[in-house]
Amino acid sequence: MSILNVENIQKSFGKNEVLKNISFSLEKGEVLAIIGSSGSGKTTLLRCLNFLETPDKGRIIVNGETLLDADKNTKRNEKEIRRKRLHFGLVFQSFNLFPQYSVISNISLAPLLMAKEQLKNEGEYMGEKTYRAAAEKIRENVLSLLKKVGLSEKKDEYPGNLSGGQQQRVAIARALALDPDVLCFDEPTSALDPELTGEVLNVIRGLKSSDSTMIVVTHEIEFARDVADKIIFMDSGVIAEEGTPQEVIINPKNPRTREFLARFNQNFS
Amino acid sequence: MDEFLNITQQLLTGFGENCFLFIITLVSAIPLGLIISMGSMSRFVPLKAVTKTFVWIIRGTPLMLQLFVVFYVPPLMSDGEFVFSRMNAAIVAFIINYAAYFSEIFRGGIEAVPKGQYEAGQVLGMTKTQIFFKVILMQVIKRITAPVGNEVITLVKDTSLASVIAIPEILMNAKDFSMEGLIWPLFYSAVFFLLFCGVLTILFSFLEKKLNYYKG
Ligand SMILES: Nc1ncnc2c1ncn2[C@@H]1O[C@H](COP(=O)(O)OP(=O)(O)OP(=O)(O)O)[C@@H](O)[C@H]1O
Ligand SMILES: [Mg+2]
Repeated sequence: MSILNVENIQKSFGKNEVLKNISFSLEKGEVLAIIGSSGSGKTTLLRCLNFLETPDKGRIIVNGETLLDADKNTKRNEKEIRRKRLHFGLVFQSFNLFPQYSVISNISLAPLLMAKEQLKNEGEYMGEKTYRAAAEKIRENVLSLLKKVGLSEKKDEYPGNLSGGQQQRVAIARALALDPDVLCFDEPTSALDPELTGEVLNVIRGLKSSDSTMIVVTHEIEFARDVADKIIFMDSGVIAEEGTPQEVIINPKNPRTREFLARFNQNFS
Repeated sequence: MDEFLNITQQLLTGFGENCFLFIITLVSAIPLGLIISMGSMSRFVPLKAVTKTFVWIIRGTPLMLQLFVVFYVPPLMSDGEFVFSRMNAAIVAFIINYAAYFSEIFRGGIEAVPKGQYEAGQVLGMTKTQIFFKVILMQVIKRITAPVGNEVITLVKDTSLASVIAIPEILMNAKDFSMEGLIWPLFYSAVFFLLFCGVLTILFSFLEKKLNYYKG
């Protein structure tokens, strides 16, 4: 069973049809890279998966559970949406760290709030019965995540004192702290100076080897070719081409894909 | 010497009125301003329009005029049935006036927090309330400390406007002395304001420094 099935997602803003009929699926542990020119709908797609936008049509299914069926007019209360969006994590282009919290608090804030709520409602959070024990467990997890992204030394810094690359790595750790089924990245390196993109891409590479399922919207074609199991090329709201890196990047069939990639090769040479 | 003590005491009594008006206005106008700012950011268009018009009128007319209106209009309209005491009239006018100013500062502060902060909270599964209190509020407070400080210091000095409806505040007393030929109490009264505003300035810059523990 696929971990994620996206079926016929459509989304318009007014008259502007941004996503026309998007369907794809993803297996556990796979990395999907989404490429495509500006305005093709990549961000909107990630925002739909994370319930920041509501698709007009289509279905989103995770682990066999239908999280969203736009045709069925189900009441969407906040609590339900919160539960559903936790299947996904999102790393933003502009990091969006909380400036008033230290690195460690940025990462632990949401899990701690979650622990408090679950302890109150269910008397248990991940096997722990007291807030103290839960907080200790969360702290351990956060420290190991910081190690994973190579920022153990910076745990007490504030985001404003970190480089862009470091901030983005904190943002990745923050998203991982809730252990999402699918972690989405929206151009995680495009707000960074070129010399800082490597450290962030390396962290994402590292996550692949630890079996995270990821969707990465990126303009880093080489990275997509090396890391992705599957690539989607989006063009004005549709999936114009889909396949392995070999198929999409090395031997593209669609002329639009070729044109898009040619522009990139020009930039590189 | 006797004269000095006597005048000091008179001015102090007057300044007591200023301080009283200041405190009552401050503690009421801040929460009321928060409510008004919610109205002016509301997605419910009629509420938003009404609030914005209200704020426009209050900020667009002199506080002195508002004092006159609150004090003189109710008795005229009710045939003398309904009368504010002088101090109550001043309190009402000041609270409304300052709440309107504070509401604009709050609105500016809240709207200046980037949308990405809310969205980051949302994708982390936080509730709207959690996002507001744990993520947004602190950033708003940091942004509004300086403008609120300015407004508070203006309020200290504005309290002397209450003399236009004959509240015996400090400047009114000082002016009475000058009519008797004594000029220096006027300057002396300035010392009271300077001291009070000085303390507030120190307080607010301390707060600003505290909040400067993080950038952004
Ligand atoms: N909230 C919105 N309201 C109206 N239009 C929107 C909104 N968000 C996106 N759009 C429009 O949807 C289209 C697709 O935008 P989207 O951000 O998904 O593109 P993208 O592929 O991520 O582009 P880029 O590579 O520049 O990030 C654009 O035409 C954009 O103007
Ligand atoms: Mg985008």
